[in-house]
Amino acid sequence: MELLNTMLENGVVSTLADELRNLLMLIFGNEVVAGFLMKCVGIGAILGIISVAAIVFTYGERKVCAFMQVRIGPNRVGGRFGLLQPIADMLKLMSKEDIIPEGCDRVVWALGPMLLFVPTALIYAFFPFDNGVALADVNVGIFLMLAISSQAVLPFLISGYASNSKYAFIGGMRTVAQMLSYEAPMVFSLLGVVMLSGSMRMCDIVNAQAEQFWFVLMQPIAFVVFVISATAETNRVPFDLVEGEAEIVAGPFAEYSGMRWALFFLAEYANLLSVSILTTVFFLGGWNGPFLPGVVWFGLKVLAMVFVFMWFRWTFPRTRIDQMLAFSWKVLLPLALANVLFTGVGIYARQWL
Amino acid sequence: MDAILGQVHEVVAWAFALANEYDVSSLIEAGVFFLFAGLALLFACGVIFLRNVVHSALSLTATFICVACLYLSIGADFMGAVQILVYGGAVAVLIVMAIMLTRRDDMAHSNPSRGLLQHVAAAVVAGLFLLGMAAVAVLSPFQSAPLPLGDAAPGLADLMLTHYVLPFEVAAVLLLIAMIGAIVLAKGADER
Repeated sequence: MELLNTMLENGVVSTLADELRNLLMLIFGNEVVAGFLMKCVGIGAILGIISVAAIVFTYGERKVCAFMQVRIGPNRVGGRFGLLQPIADMLKLMSKEDIIPEGCDRVVWALGPMLLFVPTALIYAFFPFDNGVALADVNVGIFLMLAISSQAVLPFLISGYASNSKYAFIGGMRTVAQMLSYEAPMVFSLLGVVMLSGSMRMCDIVNAQAEQFWFVLMQPIAFVVFVISATAETNRVPFDLVEGEAEIVAGPFAEYSGMRWALFFLAEYANLLSVSILTTVFFLGGWNGPFLPGVVWFGLKVLAMVFVFMWFRWTFPRTRIDQMLAFSWKVLLPLALANVLFTGVGIYARQWL
Repeated sequence: MDAILGQVHEVVAWAFALANEYDVSSLIEAGVFFLFAGLALLFACGVIFLRNVVHSALSLTATFICVACLYLSIGADFMGAVQILVYGGAVAVLIVMAIMLTRRDDMAHSNPSRGLLQHVAAAVVAGLFLLGMAAVAVLSPFQSAPLPLGDAAPGLADLMLTHYVLPFEVAAVLLLIAMIGAIVLAKGADER
C-alpha cells in the first residue's frame, strides 16, 4: 500500500528503480557498485524496449496495413489473430542462408548493418520515459541526440557502396540526399521548441509543457514540419525512395539476407519508435496527463504517434526524388525558419506585455 | 543470510579500499583517454595508409568520432556534440560524396602510394606542424580549465552574439556567398 502511494507520487518507473537500487545497496553495501549495476539495468531495459518494439511493430504494421486495405492480415500462426506471426518471421530469418555477394567490399559490407544499429540505439539514452527517468539527462540533450542520429546516414551509404550492385549504390546515394536535406527542417523546427522552453535538456522541455501548454498548440507549424521530416528521416512511405521496391529493388539492403537484413529492419523499427518518442517529448507533453501514471501516458502517446506514422505509410503514394528534395528545401525549410522568427518575436512580445 | 550479506559487504569494501590505495579512478580516466587517443591515432594512420579511398574516408570519420569521445570524456558535452555533428556527419558525408561522384573502375587501389620524396616532405611538414602545436599547448595559459565546463551552450551563445558578433556575421556572409556560388554553378550547368 505504501509502495502504491509512492508510486502515485513519484511515478511508477522511478519508484521501481529506487526499490531496485535499495535492494542492490542491501546486497553490495556500496553506492558505486549499485549505481553501476543500475546503469546496466537501464541499458538492458532500453535494448529490451527496442527488441520488443521491433516484434510488436512488425505485427502491428501488418495489421494496420490490412485494416487500411480492408483485409484481415495475419490470421494463421497462433490463433485467429496471428499473434505468433512475428516469432515465425524471426525463425524464418534466422534459418536463412547468409549470402555474401561476389565482388563486394567484405569488411565494409559486414560492418554496414551493425554500425547502423549503433546511433539508433544510442539516442535512446537521452529519452525521458517518465519524470526523471532517463539514462543520461544531459544538458545539451537535444543537440547531442541530433548529432548522434545524423550518423545513421553513413552506414546506409557504406552498405550501399560495399554491396557492389548498382541498385544498392543508387539507394545509398539517395539516402545521403534525402536524410541530409530533411535534417535541416527537422533541426530548425525543434529550435522553436527549444526557444519556448529555454533549455536543451529533454526533461526541462517536458516540464515546460506542463507549465504552459503542449507545444503542439503553441508550435503547430513546427509540429507539422517535424512529423513530415521525421517520416523522411526514418525512410518510410511516402518518402521511402531509399528502398523504393519498384525502382531499385530494396536500395542499400538489396544484397543482404537473413539476420543481416533483419538488422536493417530492427534499426528501421527502432527509428520509428524513436521518432514517435521524440514527437511525444517535444510536442505532446511527454509523460504529462491526468489520472494515469506518467509512463502509461507516455506509452499511449507514443503508440498513437506510431499509429499515425503507419497510417501515413499505407495511405500516401510514394513521391519522386526531385519532388521530395524540392519539398524539403523550398517548402519545409522556409516554413521552419519563419516559425523560428515568429517564435522569437512572440517571446519578446510576451516579455513586454 | 545476514552472514552471507556481511561477507559480500566485506569483499566489496576490501576491493574499494584496494582500489583507493592504487588510485584506480585516475587510472580509469587515463585508460579512457589513452584508449580513445590511441584509436584516433590508429584510424588517422588508416586514413593515410589504406589503399581504398572510401576506406580512408571512413577511417577519417572514425578518427573524428574518437576525438568527440575524448571531448565527452572530459565533460565537454557541447564540444563533443559539435564535433560529431560537423566533422563526423557533414564533412565525412561530403568527402564520401566527392569520392563517389568521381568513382573509378577499380576502387581497391584508388589511394595510390606516392614516391619516397613526397613521403619525406609530408613527414617534415607534419612534424613541424606537430612541433608548433605542442609549443602552443605547452606555452598556453589554459593548462587546466579556468571554469567548470558544465553548461557551455548559453555562454558560447552570449559571446557569439555580443562580443564576437562581427566575426560571426562575417562567417555567415561567407557561407551565404558559398551557397549562392554553388546555386549559380548548378544552374549554369542546367541551362546549357
